[in-house]
Amino acid sequence: MKISIQQSDFSVAQETQLLRDSNVNVGAIVTFSGLVRDLDNERKVESLILEHYPGMTESSLEKIIAEAQDRWSVLDVTVIHRIGELHAGEQIVFVAVASLHRGEAFSACEFIMDYLKTRAPFWKKCRDENGESWVEAKTTDEDASARW
Amino acid sequence: MIAVHFFASIRETLGVEHKTFDLPADVKTVEQLVTFLASQHGDSWADVLGKGSVMVAVNHEMADRSASLQAGDEVAFFPPVTGG
Repeated sequence: MKISIQQSDFSVAQETQLLRDSNVNVGAIVTFSGLVRDLDNERKVESLILEHYPGMTESSLEKIIAEAQDRWSVLDVTVIHRIGELHAGEQIVFVAVASLHRGEAFSACEFIMDYLKTRAPFWKKCRDENGESWVEAKTTDEDASARW
Repeated sequence: MIAVHFFASIRETLGVEHKTFDLPADVKTVEQLVTFLASQHGDSWADVLGKGSVMVAVNHEMADRSASLQAGDEVAFFPPVTGG
């Protein structure tokens, strides 16, 4: 299991390779990458500024991954979340799950991402031509999390 | 001592990132902590921290307003999370 909160970018190819190398039994790897969109409510986004709660972020992600491991047969998990200022088109978040078969990896990856969205202490501020404003939590994210 | 942290819009509205102080003997829950902070800093703090949408963590675990507190605890107040 790997959890990283970092300012720097990450390589999807490199992270996927690390999961391939971690266990000879891996039969499926599902990866999710989240990117900064250039439009939010029709407004052009210059950048997002991400902050988090050091310590609680890591422990909440550990708990989310442990819950995924309880629910599905998962061989390994990587979660990377970037912080600081990120511009449109940049990668923000990466979740990858390795398992024996695809079904478990698909489900666990989606579960981890849905729970991360509603339980991990990150906050986004949006910078655009009108200045800066905090991004509001979406009820659709809460709904996505509640279905598990 | 108790450490209280504020994040994101809560931090900006209050203009405070964190506070550390001796936990008064009559503050035994998160709810009572909010009342105490408002008595020290004014009603605007009660308005900001009293909002139902404001989330609370005690020692890095999500908690509710009735959660009990003791010396040495770390409490955090923050808006709904928006990561990912």
